[in-house]
Amino acid sequence: MQITRRHLLTAAGGLAATAALAACGSNNGLSNNSGSSSGGSSGGSKPTLAQWYHQYGEAGTKEAVNKYAASYPDATVNVTWYAGNYDTAVPAALLTNSFPDVFEYGNGPTLDMIKGGQVVDMTDVLGSSVSKFNQSVIKRLTFQGKIWAVPQVIDMQLLYYRPSLLNKAGVQPPTTFSALVDAAKAQTTKDMGGFFAGNDGGVGVLGNMFVWASGFDQLNSGRTGLGFLEPNFYDSLKAYQAFYKSNALLKSASKDWFDASPFINGETAMQWGGLWSMPDVQKAFGNDFGVLAFPAMGSSGRPAVPFGAYSSCVAAKSKNVDAAKAFVKWLWVDQTADQVDFANSYGTHIPSQVALVPQCTKIAQGPGKDAADMVAKEGFASDIMWTGPIGDAFNSAMTNVIVKGADPASEFKPVGDKAVSELKRING
Amino acid sequence: MSAPAGTRGGPGIAPLAAGRRPTWGRRLRGRQDRNLWFGLFVLPFLAGLLVFVYVPIAWSAYLSFFEARATVTPTKFVGWANYSYLLSDPEFRSSLLVFVAFAVLIVPLTYVCSLGLALLLSGLRVAQAFFRSVFFIPTAVSYVIAAMIWRISFFNGGRFGLINSMLRQLGGSNIDWLGGANYGYWVALVSLRLWLQVGFYMILLIAGLNRIPQETYEAAAIDGAAGWRLLRYITLPQLRATSAAVLMLLLINAFQAFDEFWNLLSGVNGTYPPYGRPPLVHLFVISLGGSNQDLGLGGAGTMILTAIIVVFGVAQNWLTNRGVERDER
Repeated sequence: MQITRRHLLTAAGGLAATAALAACGSNNGLSNNSGSSSGGSSGGSKPTLAQWYHQYGEAGTKEAVNKYAASYPDATVNVTWYAGNYDTAVPAALLTNSFPDVFEYGNGPTLDMIKGGQVVDMTDVLGSSVSKFNQSVIKRLTFQGKIWAVPQVIDMQLLYYRPSLLNKAGVQPPTTFSALVDAAKAQTTKDMGGFFAGNDGGVGVLGNMFVWASGFDQLNSGRTGLGFLEPNFYDSLKAYQAFYKSNALLKSASKDWFDASPFINGETAMQWGGLWSMPDVQKAFGNDFGVLAFPAMGSSGRPAVPFGAYSSCVAAKSKNVDAAKAFVKWLWVDQTADQVDFANSYGTHIPSQVALVPQCTKIAQGPGKDAADMVAKEGFASDIMWTGPIGDAFNSAMTNVIVKGADPASEFKPVGDKAVSELKRING
Repeated sequence: MSAPAGTRGGPGIAPLAAGRRPTWGRRLRGRQDRNLWFGLFVLPFLAGLLVFVYVPIAWSAYLSFFEARATVTPTKFVGWANYSYLLSDPEFRSSLLVFVAFAVLIVPLTYVCSLGLALLLSGLRVAQAFFRSVFFIPTAVSYVIAAMIWRISFFNGGRFGLINSMLRQLGGSNIDWLGGANYGYWVALVSLRLWLQVGFYMILLIAGLNRIPQETYEAAAIDGAAGWRLLRYITLPQLRATSAAVLMLLLINAFQAFDEFWNLLSGVNGTYPPYGRPPLVHLFVISLGGSNQDLGLGGAGTMILTAIIVVFGVAQNWLTNRGVERDER
């Protein structure tokens, strides 16, 4: 076909039409959905707000958040459902003119966002209601006396086991790490591993658990260095090192830790997994399953579970900061029915207001309730000053110790030095 | 395209009316409007290059002297601090070693395999185009997709892995290819890139081979040269320019390796293990990993890597030119 100028023009027209269509949809991640910065208030009556969510995996979540936004009376809320690398997209968007007024972020805004003045203080949004929220989460969202986000729902990780298998092996649900090792060994057969925590042997997902379950915190109280470089921590690592070498730890399965398939398929007797997998596990095993926190390691240890809470933040450069804060208060503080719906109807999550837990059918009793209790009593989240470089050095040392059998004390000394200089750089 | 009579001459004839000086605009447009057309075609690309390549490079250089956390318009000047932080970071230095190891493995291996295939195919009398396509097709596959296949299927460390299944059939046991307990990950990394790029360089070398005049071979044959001696004394020297370009491209591409490393070895939590970590991956992890945005550090790292690539390029150019001069003597 000979291409004429008219063809080119129509092709260009087609592109323009596509672009116009793309601009119509408000939730495709492509539209210039920057709310107040470029849109401003429409018609002078109601302000327009842009709200961003990451792409939730559970069916129906997208429709639910659109429904909540549409029913807000005091502003027009355009929801962007962001498919892709959300954690990178938000900080990048905050540097441009296409930014959200309201956005969710894992465990609240990053330190960079707070120190860069990109987000506003949300303490007054929570107001006196703050006591209704899960205090482990509120503590994580607090920095220098101010609360920087309103928690939406809580997700967590925990250990799945089957009472029938434990009975058969003649062991009790493990409450210490050495009991976990013994239970794993007792349940291991030719076709079934004892414990599974990821195809990297659990190094990635359990690294921080070793710190918390040994009785330490990531950083010292003044946040000037690491808080766990102690002999007890090194002993915990040596214990896991030995476990890694044994057959009882399954190091390769059909799926990774975040999917309960290896547990359900019988590839492993116990698995470290997410609360989100509980409906699948329940469907497969009925009542024959239980959940535990990661058991205490060593003499100074304590059980621990990690949690993450997507929380609503408001961009400081929004032209409608007050309207955005009012919307966040309306949705995540006042609209308790929507919060129960969001936590309970699409997958299994824990509502961030403690009093709503009994209304969520999936976690009102049994293992679900155990999980919700664990977050309140034994929940930990990464420190806000646990930065990328510190986490990276920590993970590298962890891999060298567990996988390659290096000496913990000598591997973690440079991590400690790096943390001190990194924290000084951030604080300074 | 027909021009009004009297305004255009034939090719190479200036469209001038006798005795009149051309206007300034006319001269600027050049003969047959060549300058105009040149500008029209080149300017959009030049603008794209400026906006999307040179401005970001210059901006990175600027950012590298600032503390630029979560901002592209930083205010806190830190001088060479970002550079000294990186150069004193043992992990950054060891990532350079990973690059060297990767380049030492992949560059000669790809070159030898591509050349071997090119020689085999150019000697083929039937179905040459078919085999050329067969070997070229993997080039169309994305590194990300290929890495997923390598990771999930071929080099899966469990009993589900294709290679492990084969090993067990042969009486062996499972190998944890990517876990870092051994050097199995190098096999995955090198075989993947080899599979993806060998066809492309094969095409370049076939083009180079086709440019060697047939008479040269005939003359050599009359002198009694055959087989290995033809390759050593005729083909390889005549291919020098193509080979230099191929090797340079291979080296730069190896330096820019990111996709297959990241998709083969990164953890599900967005972490990356300490082994098999080339410079770009390390820079990404420490400057942009997770929700981190240390653009000053990233900028400094980019500048250091650019400087290293330039040094390699200049050195290779110098070596090739020296070879050509020696041949001419």
